[in-house]
Amino acid sequence: MSATPGIVAINTFREAVRDRVLYNLVFFALLMIGAAILVGQISIGIERLVIINLGLTAISIFGLVMAIFIGVGLVYKEMEKRTLYSLLAKPIRRWEFLVGKYAGLLLTLCVNTAFMTLGLAAALFYVGRPFVRSDASILAAVYFIVLELALVTALGLFFSCFSSPMLSTLFTLGIYITGVFSKDIRDVGELTNVSALKTLTRVVYYLVPNFHNFNAIAVVAHGDAIPFSLIWQNTVYAVLYAGVVLLAASAVFSGRNLK
Amino acid sequence: MSTPAIEILGLTKDYPVGFWRKRMVRSLDNLTFQVEEGEVFGFLGPNGAGKTTTMKLLMGLIYPTSGTARVRGRSIDDIQMHREIGYLPEQPYFYDYLTARELLDYYARFSDYSAAERRERVTRFLGRVGLADAGDVQLRKFSKGMLQRAGIAQAILHDPKVIFMDEPMSGLDPVGRREVRDIIHEMKQQGRTVFFSTHILSDAEMLCDRVAVLAGGKLQGVGAPNEIVSIEVHAMEILFEAHEGRPLPAGLASHATQIGGRTRVEVPESDLYQALHELRNCEARILSVSPVRPTLEDYFLRLIGREKANSHAVEVNSR
Repeated sequence: MSATPGIVAINTFREAVRDRVLYNLVFFALLMIGAAILVGQISIGIERLVIINLGLTAISIFGLVMAIFIGVGLVYKEMEKRTLYSLLAKPIRRWEFLVGKYAGLLLTLCVNTAFMTLGLAAALFYVGRPFVRSDASILAAVYFIVLELALVTALGLFFSCFSSPMLSTLFTLGIYITGVFSKDIRDVGELTNVSALKTLTRVVYYLVPNFHNFNAIAVVAHGDAIPFSLIWQNTVYAVLYAGVVLLAASAVFSGRNLK
Repeated sequence: MSTPAIEILGLTKDYPVGFWRKRMVRSLDNLTFQVEEGEVFGFLGPNGAGKTTTMKLLMGLIYPTSGTARVRGRSIDDIQMHREIGYLPEQPYFYDYLTARELLDYYARFSDYSAAERRERVTRFLGRVGLADAGDVQLRKFSKGMLQRAGIAQAILHDPKVIFMDEPMSGLDPVGRREVRDIIHEMKQQGRTVFFSTHILSDAEMLCDRVAVLAGGKLQGVGAPNEIVSIEVHAMEILFEAHEGRPLPAGLASHATQIGGRTRVEVPESDLYQALHELRNCEARILSVSPVRPTLEDYFLRLIGREKANSHAVEVNSR
């Protein structure tokens, strides 16, 4: 197994840290502290629900913003600044570089998410509620967010291999939004009698990643458990989908003439 | 017979230009030559001649339309080839959030050195390029010249057998240029092959065993610098002190230039004896007669004029 992707990944993580990307954690911490204080005063009895809802939604949004905006610039920035030139003159295959960049951003997102989860736990602790066994489902919801981010990062990276950051952002965001509502889009198609529309909505449903399945925020906020089968299914789905997208990205990037 | 260090075999590169109606423009046309092991080889040509395109093709940054190349017998498509080469891009830009030491350590990791070896090498090569005191400074605070030095350090850090340098003197002050020349000399003494592009012809004349001249994407000539220029027509330079009160013949006076108390005139080789005869008649004191050998620069400038360098690209087809 080549060590190259790991070397590139660690440097990508270092870049994110030095570029102060993790400063968003300060905003998250402030949000959680503010929410905990406010909720403690106005929502007696439903503090848990509100804090978990707010915390997980914030973790998801902060992660998505990072995954999309950093992901779409990962390769483009290297090509534009020509830092790639001296790097690819080393014994590095292009796919190794790409996988390394992907793994580096994923590592950044995981560290970011882990710290935000700690912030959420601290906020829950502040509102005076002892932790119970069912709180483990919060971790499952966080895990789903990480899987979602892994998919979004792969998509951003794929688009950044052949288009500008602005277009890549639009494409990635478009696919994400379509993916969140893909089940609804298919249901709309099923209601019509137009066979072409029906086919189109089905194609969209099967082609676009189904992000709806990764949203377990409402479930855990109400204290319900997440079935193990869903965890397993989502893991396999995300790994396979991200793998295929990375393969496609490698194929595009490997054949590309660098300007 | 030993394997050449670099073999370039019919490399051709076409680029699509235009947004709606793409047409192909040829930036490199059937480039073929080879560089022997241990040579310092200069790759000369005006801006837009195709030098950087050739470098990028050799590094696998872009792909040829046709043709191929080998470095020490390995195809440029072979990833193992990259273990034997070092590359300094033109106007290098590196990760500016890293220090010079971190940058070199990062690149050294791809050569499978242990942590101790990396530390030793990085320190040694920082010193070699004059960055010993700037090793822990972030690259975003580096000047252009310092970046160039960092670029040279990363290119030679892993003791490559063949070193490719795209305009290595660019952005350096005279001291820096001297240091780069010393590094190239040192590489040659160690038996390494250095292939560098430049438009600073004095550097090429001073350093190169052989040069290739490129213009308009086409190879114009390969050979030792003096071979390259010797194909040009020679002239003869006469240096003399004119006799006071004896005016020079009109034919010579019109070409003469005054240098202090002496006069210099350049005549075609075929007119030399006639010119000397005329000078003797007007009692001039001949100080020296020497052949004028065109410099590489003269050759180069004539080449640019011929090729109309600024509009070199050749359209190869329309779509």
